[in-house]
Amino acid sequence: MSSNRPPALVVTHANLADGLVSAVRQITGRAGDFVTISNAGMGADELERVIRETVERTGARVVFTDLPAGSCAICSRRVTRAVEGLVVVTGTNLATLLDFVFDEDPSPESAARRAVERGRASLTVVGASRGS
Amino acid sequence: MGLELFRIDDRLIHGQVVVGWGQPLDIDFIVLVDDEVAASEWEQELYRMGVPPEMDVHFLSVAEAGDRLREFAADGRPGILLTGDIETMQRLAQATGLVRRVNLGGIHHRAGRTQRMRYIFLSPEEERALRDLAASGVEVVAQDVPSARVASLDEVLGGRGDR
Repeated sequence: MSSNRPPALVVTHANLADGLVSAVRQITGRAGDFVTISNAGMGADELERVIRETVERTGARVVFTDLPAGSCAICSRRVTRAVEGLVVVTGTNLATLLDFVFDEDPSPESAARRAVERGRASLTVVGASRGS
Repeated sequence: MGLELFRIDDRLIHGQVVVGWGQPLDIDFIVLVDDEVAASEWEQELYRMGVPPEMDVHFLSVAEAGDRLREFAADGRPGILLTGDIETMQRLAQATGLVRRVNLGGIHHRAGRTQRMRYIFLSPEEERALRDLAASGVEVVAQDVPSARVASLDEVLGGRGDR
């Protein structure tokens, strides 16, 4: 990571995290910015433990998750109670992660907030609607 | 209408519930029955933040849910009732006599439990509780998402639910 921030976690349903991070790698050539976790096969207690232990091991201060109502987001938010400065992003998409990777801000939270705006702005509908 | 699904799921409100079941059943409300969550504003806020704003969420203790179950069952809108464990659902069923069918949606690995399905792990005490529930007239089935095959309790306990 260019700003020497610790890696961020990407916690998702099934293999989405690996897929997103592999796309980041293909586009940027960078591999070490994220640590991925899948919730597959895990109950809430186990998932929360795995996230907490990974945050403690890596020093991560940002956790990117998918659905706001999903177990990945809910368990990550539980971890914020125990880890000061940890922030959780929901609704993560590829544009979000790409912006985060290239943001030079040493503050993980600030970089995450900008990345969220970029990810939100990337959602568009194009085409159709001609006389429909 | 009313309560379309009584589900035991240790993740409580999560993607399979809100989206996987919530969308096809067109759910308008969730009744989350858990004594611990019902006593914690922080826990309630945690779950509420992930739910679409148009969906009502009621956080109730077992006793409160027992008092209001008939009201929820008569609601003109479709809803889901959730508990995080078998014991809570069993207490609710015994207290009200209004639970007809229980969906096992996710009971994950923990010390003392044996795997029965991909998403169902049970201790001997939990297996006994499910048999008791069934013996009291409640149909117990396992189905994590609507598109999955419904497994009977016999299939679950026999390890044949994932076939």
